[in-house]
Amino acid sequence: MGKVNYFLTEEQQMIVDLARQIAEEKIVPVRAELDEKEEFPWQIMKDLAQADLFGLYIPEEYGGLGGGCFENCLALEQLAWGCIAVTTTYAASALGGYPILLFGTEEQKSKYLPDIASGKKLAAFGLTEANAGSDAGAIQTTAVEDGDYWVLNGTKQWITNGGEAEIYTIIALTDKHKGPRGASAFIVEKSDPGFSFGKKERKMGLRASATRELVFNDCRIPKDRLLGRRGQGFIIAMKTLDLARPGIGAIGVGLAQAALDEAVKYAKQRIQFGQPIMSFQAIQHMLADMATQIEAARALVYSVARTIDAGEKDIAKLAAMAKLFATDVAMKVTVDAVQILGGYGYMKDYPVEKMMRDAKILQIYEGTNQIQRNVIGQALNKEYTIKK
Amino acid sequence: MRFVVCIKQVPDAASVRFDPEKGTLIREGVDSIINPFDLNAIEAAVQLKEQVGGEVICISMGPPQAEAALRDALALGVDSAVLLSDRAFAGADTLATTRTLAAGIKKLGGADIVFCGKQAIDGDTAQVGPGLAARLGLNYATCVSELEFKAEENILKVKRAWEEGYDILELKLPALLTVLTCINTPRVPSLKGKLKAKKAKIPVWGTNELGLDASLVGLSGSPTQVVTTCVPKFEAKREILEGEVDDQVNALVERLKEVGIL
Amino acid sequence: MLIIDKDKCTGCGECEEVCAFGAITIKDDTAEVDHDMCTLCGTCVDTCPSGALTIEGKEERGVESDKADWRGVWIVAEYRLGKIFPVTFELLGCARKLADKLDVPLSAVLIGSNIKQFIDELIKYGADRVYVVDHPGLDKFLEQPYSNVLVHLVKEYKPEIILAGATAQGRSYIPAVATMLETGLTADCTELDVRIEDRALLQTRPAFGGNLLATIVCPNHRPQMATIRPHVMKALEPDESRKADVIEVKIDDSLLETSSKVVDSIVEEQTGVDLANADIIITAGRGMECKENLSLVEELAKLLDGAVGATRAVTDAGWLSERHQIGQTGKTVSPKLYIGCGVSGAIQHIVGMKGSDIIVAINKDPDAPIFDVSTYGIVGDVKEVLPKLIDKIKKERGL
Repeated sequence: MGKVNYFLTEEQQMIVDLARQIAEEKIVPVRAELDEKEEFPWQIMKDLAQADLFGLYIPEEYGGLGGGCFENCLALEQLAWGCIAVTTTYAASALGGYPILLFGTEEQKSKYLPDIASGKKLAAFGLTEANAGSDAGAIQTTAVEDGDYWVLNGTKQWITNGGEAEIYTIIALTDKHKGPRGASAFIVEKSDPGFSFGKKERKMGLRASATRELVFNDCRIPKDRLLGRRGQGFIIAMKTLDLARPGIGAIGVGLAQAALDEAVKYAKQRIQFGQPIMSFQAIQHMLADMATQIEAARALVYSVARTIDAGEKDIAKLAAMAKLFATDVAMKVTVDAVQILGGYGYMKDYPVEKMMRDAKILQIYEGTNQIQRNVIGQALNKEYTIKK
Repeated sequence: MRFVVCIKQVPDAASVRFDPEKGTLIREGVDSIINPFDLNAIEAAVQLKEQVGGEVICISMGPPQAEAALRDALALGVDSAVLLSDRAFAGADTLATTRTLAAGIKKLGGADIVFCGKQAIDGDTAQVGPGLAARLGLNYATCVSELEFKAEENILKVKRAWEEGYDILELKLPALLTVLTCINTPRVPSLKGKLKAKKAKIPVWGTNELGLDASLVGLSGSPTQVVTTCVPKFEAKREILEGEVDDQVNALVERLKEVGIL
Repeated sequence: MLIIDKDKCTGCGECEEVCAFGAITIKDDTAEVDHDMCTLCGTCVDTCPSGALTIEGKEERGVESDKADWRGVWIVAEYRLGKIFPVTFELLGCARKLADKLDVPLSAVLIGSNIKQFIDELIKYGADRVYVVDHPGLDKFLEQPYSNVLVHLVKEYKPEIILAGATAQGRSYIPAVATMLETGLTADCTELDVRIEDRALLQTRPAFGGNLLATIVCPNHRPQMATIRPHVMKALEPDESRKADVIEVKIDDSLLETSSKVVDSIVEEQTGVDLANADIIITAGRGMECKENLSLVEELAKLLDGAVGATRAVTDAGWLSERHQIGQTGKTVSPKLYIGCGVSGAIQHIVGMKGSDIIVAINKDPDAPIFDVSTYGIVGDVKEVLPKLIDKIKKERGL
């Protein structure tokens, strides 16, 4: 089969094979039921933990595998081929773990990373609020010093793994008037007093993933839960999102690939007008465009991930491109897949309607694709500014 | 404690296809896998080790490529593996196989519990487990669907399935079990396990290392021999009932009425 | 090892064609063998027109003189839960022909407790002789005592052939007995015959998941042992007039020593009709798509007073318990009517049900292998066909 050779190392190939095995054996058989029942995929999280996949990006000294962004993307792509709701649950734990890895003290890293790496505890990331989506600077959750404690007040909205995770990285305002330096990051544990959850949101897609409000009502956490320095909150958030965005691109690639696989399989066996619809140009052209777009998206995601792992520091634009392109591809490919399956594509008996419903969120979360375009545009502006 | 798991590498039954014209098996592109029941045996042994401590050693009698199956086992929590391989072992029936496996287990220093799958999906005889137990003089139970180790009494309490129900047996160690697939859900391999497996040394023991006479193993050591193989012929009417669903259903009911079933 | 005489080999390719394991290929006009794939079955040796192939170490030595000490055909009665199971009589039916051909008595071996009450039935169904070991210590089946007793009897009375049921019990201890006797055992035979010239038992069984039928002999070791699954052979009509002698064997208590024990024996509630004895079986395959849809299969089974069967895919998915599984690793059935719903017809399943009188297949894939073995086939969606079939049958019955 004509596959691009990405010159994976043996270890990287192992990651691909293992993630694919889990997708085929553990995710695909239950994905429709999890979606229907909005059921949290605990068993699959246990399987991923057993497989050592939670620790891909975490250094060995904390129990991880010491891999980078690329290894993460390889796993995410294969798992997403199975179901992106399950994959998002898994990926969101990394979103909660990255801030601790990047900005944590030695004590904080030793305390939290091993449990995240082993999959013993899930993590989550809390930035978004009702009035602060794309406008992350408009958050209103506050953190106030009180003796040996920080006291948090406010509500985070639409947090993946909310209520299921045990470790939360929260961005809260510490100095409202300091603008970009006005927020700080904190580690909050599920059991901290004054921390509770809203009801589980009912969603169009990504239904197996648990999305909840985080409610802080005089939530008291010890002083040592401050992550990084006071005022670094927005920087921590941005750096975390930059690192995670290629992963979302990888999820888009996996989802699109799954949709393409279903569409081609169907087109080959669906007979109309005396022949398989695969023999009609209209169908072939659609499939050709889908396949080409997926290949391009994969190449972009992989190159960006490898560039990040090679040490490139200025990654915001590249990460945004990888996320933007691959997720737009995923949306288009899943819609086309439903079209190719026709009436059957619309029925819940077939997997593509779920893929189309799931795909939409990829263009929205971790920074809407409009924000991604902003990031890229601003980066271009900076790059082309002639230095005097 | 030492737990030994006997595994076999078999062709993936799901992908073995049969060419009815030639009367042969189409074996290109057929994967080799660990016999599915053996996966449950491995899981049972590893779970018990995690509970009471000890080591799990996996052995397999097979051609050189069976090493891949042993490496897969290492990625599932098995501590070490040994391949019993020698041209002389080829063509073995179950009696000769148990001689070789028993010699392998003796060379390891014996075992507290030997785990086997109920049967191999290619040979299908379910004979090696009981035969091995007889050779090693072990208490044993077949078709085990549940097990519990009672450490203080050194006893394995097991549920052994039969057609109409099950027995609850207590076996004093050392013992051998053959397990059913319902006993557990085999874990997925771990990356750390796979990396460790890649580097692991798997010794290969042949007739010399096992101190076995070549006449007692393999084809020479097998009391049974295959004299002929043939393709089973299958006659069937193969009448496809045509039309819309209603027509098909009516046609079927008519035919079943004709033969007196309805 | 398979030896190829390069001088005799003409590269005709007959061996390559006939090798079921793909172990022989023709390269540069000569046969070459992959020793790791070769199972030494010898089919190519028989096929080669030039006699270029031999298997080293596979000369069938003639039966040696001390084999003449071994005479008689035995069947082992399946005693369990205080009764004799039907496979016993099927074994007698099959063994009767063998014993007649070999002109030796047919004996039934009865091991258990309080079992003398069954002797007459064994005689009625074909036994010329019954060996009885009746001991309270043999009340509950346990591997070592039963194995020790059978081995003791064999060493004492030297039968040339022993047949036993390939039941859970038989499969558990007969292999141990064969190993203790250092003799050959062939499992799950579907056909048995004898070769008069050397009194060899010809044991035919499916191999490779049923893709092949292999015939096996045990030329130099005695006894020759074989197991047979229930519902494969047929019992004889009972003959009230048959006479037989009964040998009650006293055994030493040391044979019953074991450090295993049976704590309890639980008979489980049969949900629905017993699969083994059902006249009608409706089987669910993966094509039923989900556990909820199985209600259609269950409804049809209930309507026809039949049992519900399952393929391995269905039991692996946990939709039905393993008790319902038909096939290579499950049960063998031979009902009057088998209806496969969403069953693809993998060979491992077919071997378990091809003895059915009428096979109906419903599957939406026209290429599904099950249509090759079916009497009647419906290419369609089970979710549409089954409700209509149920309705039609109800109408026929005026329900």
